[in-house]
Amino acid sequence: MSVFELFRIAFTSISGNILRSILTMLGVTIGVAAVITMVSVASGARQEIDEQMKSLGSTLFMVYSGSRSFRGVSSASGNWAVLTDQDAHALREEIPEIVAAAANLRGSAQIVSGNQNWNCSIYAVDQDYLVARNWQIRDGNEISPTEFNRGSKVVLLGNTVREALFGEGNAVGQTIRVNNVPLEVVGTLEKKGVSGGGRDIDDMILIPLKAGRERILGRRGSSGNAVDGIWVTVEHEWQMPDVEELIKDVLSTRHRIGPNQNEPFTVRNMSEMVESSLESRNTLNYLLSAVASISLVVGGIGIMNIMLVTVTERTREIGLRMAVGATGSIILRQFLVEAVVLCGLGGVAGILISFIAGWVIATTTGFPMVFEWYVFVVSVVFSAGIGVFFGFYPAQQAAAKDPIEALRSE
Amino acid sequence: MTDSFVEVNKLSKSYDIGTEKVRALSSVSTVIRRGDFVSVMGPSGSGKSTFMNLIGCLDTPDEGEIWLDGQNVAELDRDELAQIRNTKIGFVFQQFNLLGRTTAVENVCLPLLYAGTGRRERVERAKESLDRVGLSDRLHHHPTQLSGGQQQRVAIARALVNQPTMLLADEPTGALDSHTGVEIMDLFSELNKAGITVVLVTHEQTVAEYARRIIHFLDGEIVSDESMIKEVA
Repeated sequence: MSVFELFRIAFTSISGNILRSILTMLGVTIGVAAVITMVSVASGARQEIDEQMKSLGSTLFMVYSGSRSFRGVSSASGNWAVLTDQDAHALREEIPEIVAAAANLRGSAQIVSGNQNWNCSIYAVDQDYLVARNWQIRDGNEISPTEFNRGSKVVLLGNTVREALFGEGNAVGQTIRVNNVPLEVVGTLEKKGVSGGGRDIDDMILIPLKAGRERILGRRGSSGNAVDGIWVTVEHEWQMPDVEELIKDVLSTRHRIGPNQNEPFTVRNMSEMVESSLESRNTLNYLLSAVASISLVVGGIGIMNIMLVTVTERTREIGLRMAVGATGSIILRQFLVEAVVLCGLGGVAGILISFIAGWVIATTTGFPMVFEWYVFVVSVVFSAGIGVFFGFYPAQQAAAKDPIEALRSE
Repeated sequence: MTDSFVEVNKLSKSYDIGTEKVRALSSVSTVIRRGDFVSVMGPSGSGKSTFMNLIGCLDTPDEGEIWLDGQNVAELDRDELAQIRNTKIGFVFQQFNLLGRTTAVENVCLPLLYAGTGRRERVERAKESLDRVGLSDRLHHHPTQLSGGQQQRVAIARALVNQPTMLLADEPTGALDSHTGVEIMDLFSELNKAGITVVLVTHEQTVAEYARRIIHFLDGEIVSDESMIKEVA
């Protein structure tokens, strides 16, 4: 008997009790839908993080004061180096692999433009900053070297700030007031999008370091030329480990740190940071996928349960089929195919539901879903496998029936 | 038409019912010739059903031989017995045993399905078979749309479709009214005249008298075996 005939018999019997068949399939459907949705959410998260990595740059270090292990045993008094813009300058001069080393001061302030008010981050930066952080100018110009040197009262607006203060109007050439200091907008920045942790990285303004230090932030007057941190980029990703060591050497020399002393500053590889956050998200997603696949197993048990009922109910039919010439192995295959078809249909329905769920999740939460074709293949094959696994025992029960007993049953 | 189709030799069969061993058949020997029409009678527990199951290749004996078409089927395994049932024997049951959700044609096709016949030929032969039992106008009806007599005709068509040598009918009129029962028995007589060996189990004397030979079972043994003189109509 051909496989085609077995499928025809299976479809006839499944369609003969449509409500029960649907309810039986439901377990597998929900399981498949849950697994696909989870995996697709994970893929979406992965893609989002990949994009973030791209915008952040995979060749970026952040150097900041203080030891990484300052809460551990190695913490000692004075374990805090004050980084300065001269440090940034020295890194740039002494390490040829470095493309940009951008010192910066951070703060936040109230910005006023006409009757508009806005509160955002302020970065007081030097001229390497746009290169180091990969910012592109949208309108207007960069801050010129002269303006950096003089500490001119000019500003670049992040996209969110520009929209908040000027909407679609022209921002370049306008004047805004930050802590009562008037600043001229010389340019605006391209949008980068939301960064990890939901922080909007476009919600900031950039001003020359000197202007920030002397006129606006002004909080480190006593330390002279201290900065909060230095962003460093290199040309190629493979240079990262060597450059990390070189940065430590240069800074140790400049701050007179002995070889056995703990470094009072931290050099952090930003791509590693993103990767570790990615890993923790992935772990969570794998966990959720594992929970979802439990529901697939539960669905399989449901299939087994109904197949056992079906075999009992159709004992007479089995007896008849045997009487007219069906062998045990044909009966086994017939019920096995029926279980596989039930699971397979359940799996296909699950895929459709996962599409709908994906659409609903994407539109309501803005969480991106990425459907990968292999997930569909795997889930259909997997649900058919569940059919074989959980359908085998009932099918065996059917095949082992004695035709006389079976024909006599009510 | 004198050669034997079924020859049983010292056939014994016991069943375990709880702790007791019940002897259903003890050392039964008989011969059924090709083209014969045999009624098997006897009270329940007499062994007539066991006898039918054995010559129908649904069961195997504890002792003895069953020669069916020159082959000792007592030694065959389950799958080989299934093949014999498929090709040489047609079954007709009291409760018709039709598959509810399929049409008359599809029900009749069933033995051909297991014989590995192609779909087109199956349908063709099923139609011929239904025509033979007078149901060519009910090909695509479901069992629930047919009367009891029509359902039994579908079952007979199914038994005939593989061109078996022998029809085994177990109380074929038991679920029918007497008028329909007569129609069905006439059909069996007709098929027998066409050369098919018919063996039927019944407890109704009027039904049994359609046969040319009546075998009586009692307590697992054949107690009488009489040939009827049939009036040729």
